[in-house]
Amino acid sequence: MKIESEIAGKLWRIAIWALVGFFIINLTGIILSVVVDSLGTSWFATWLPNGFTTSWYSESWSSFQLGGVLVVTLEVAGAVLIGSALLGVPAAYALARRDFPGKKLVMLLFVLPLIIPPFTYGIPLASVLYQFGLGGTLTGVILANLMPSVPFVIFILVPFIEQIDPRVEAAARVFGAGTWALFRTVMVPLLLPGILAALVLVLVRTIGLFELTFLTAGPGNQTLVVALYYSVFAAGMRANQTIDAMAVIYMVTSLVCLIIALRFVDPTQIVGRSKKSAAH
Amino acid sequence: MSAAMERAPLTAPAAPDRVSLSQRLARRGLDVTTLLLMPALLFVLALFVYPALYGFWLSLHPMNANGVFGFGNYISFFSDRYVYGTIFTTLELAVPVTLVNIALSVPIALRVRHLRKQRLLTTILIIPVTLGTVLTAQGMLNFYGPLGWFNRILMTLHVIDAPVRLVHNFTGVFLSQIVSGFPFCFMLILSYVSGIDPSLEQAASMLGAGPAARFRHILLPLLGAGLAITFCLAFVQAFSVFPSAVLVGSPSGPTRVIAIAAYHAAYEQYDYSMGSAIAIIMGGVQIIVVAIVMKASAALYRGPAAGGKG
Repeated sequence: MKIESEIAGKLWRIAIWALVGFFIINLTGIILSVVVDSLGTSWFATWLPNGFTTSWYSESWSSFQLGGVLVVTLEVAGAVLIGSALLGVPAAYALARRDFPGKKLVMLLFVLPLIIPPFTYGIPLASVLYQFGLGGTLTGVILANLMPSVPFVIFILVPFIEQIDPRVEAAARVFGAGTWALFRTVMVPLLLPGILAALVLVLVRTIGLFELTFLTAGPGNQTLVVALYYSVFAAGMRANQTIDAMAVIYMVTSLVCLIIALRFVDPTQIVGRSKKSAAH
Repeated sequence: MSAAMERAPLTAPAAPDRVSLSQRLARRGLDVTTLLLMPALLFVLALFVYPALYGFWLSLHPMNANGVFGFGNYISFFSDRYVYGTIFTTLELAVPVTLVNIALSVPIALRVRHLRKQRLLTTILIIPVTLGTVLTAQGMLNFYGPLGWFNRILMTLHVIDAPVRLVHNFTGVFLSQIVSGFPFCFMLILSYVSGIDPSLEQAASMLGAGPAARFRHILLPLLGAGLAITFCLAFVQAFSVFPSAVLVGSPSGPTRVIAIAAYHAAYEQYDYSMGSAIAIIMGGVQIIVVAIVMKASAALYRGPAAGGKG
């Protein structure tokens, strides 16, 4: 009986690791096939391409105007970072520190953009932006990308601010700190880790966010992920290798952001933190 | 309690003799700090609530009725099998994908939480989240294509005789949703699982509960709320699937999801009114699913084991 359950436990463990292994093998295959193809001369019915070259990268760079696309992507990401910090951090502070009538409604308002499909508000948002002459402009793309980022920052920061003891601020007040001094010498140092974590996640998200840019961007202001979509969509117009080269450039951009992100945040800690504060 | 302590030195010396309006408001929690909320609130009102209401208004003024008020868009949506069928196509894809992702994530997370070196594994698994669906789709076209490595390996091993069709159909979209959705589910569930006190399980084990009983009576009730939230967040992504349904699916047939229908109406037929109507139906279905899941998890959470949390 006991031996039987031990064997069952061992089989269960093996099955789980086999599953993880199978997933990682497939993932590696997906990524590697893009990288190898982007470096190959021609690749048909063989295991590997006939020869290797880097010329697809320069061709991809010039034929998709990737320089401009990268600049737009960084501009959008930078503006979204600044905007979501300026709007999200004060709001998160207010929500973490104050109880007021209608707080539940405000919270609901902030949660809705996160649980409603981007297409649902993206299509009306795009038509509103076109009405105000912002559709297809860089400003329009930035505003559309900022939309889900602000609630995202708020929901990461509220639990983070809640765990900072409000008596620290009260003590600073007692010792005569004005609002500016309180903000600069007490709040910013305490909040900085949380703000950085939230913003880095916003950066990673903005680079990968497809739908809203897709719905609002015009021809001159596509971000990398939307440009990649169009090139895959119109596959056959250009060599598959140029598309793969572009995909690799996209992958490197977002991986660099991810590596920076992981230096600041442990992804599994985000919910854990909010859970603790939700318990009390 | 702590909030009152913090506010006391702010307001008490300022107006000691009369109860001013600002002081009365401050007692209810409305003071300068609360006003910090306003920029974000106005932003969400302007760029989320207003467009949503405008979209709703637009959807009730159909283009083919020359903008006169009417339910024409909704009527024509629900009378055309090809169009309203997209709801079921999307649900048939999104519900199984989300359930499979959660069903895979829970046992793996339960095993991984005991690992010392989680960091490497979690880093590998988070990569697809940042790659996004477009890159995953392009990679899948290469890897699972008829001449791709996956089919070649299976043919070399004589598992199959002819290449299996894994892209440009329902399977392709399903697989792409697992590749990009599983890591997200896994991360969330791992963080919920890590939040459960291991001593609860040890106690149950000491009292003779086997692994299945421990999962059923200890972990599941404690995970209930976390699973529901994970389901909702993962479901939004699966339900609003667009790029992979176009790129690795067959967008005119088996994987014509509702997002494609909305995009087609708004951007290919230039009927923003119809596009908004479909977008609003999409949001409505999403909210119904979230409501059902939240109700179900509340029922699960009220179970007796929830008392063990305190």
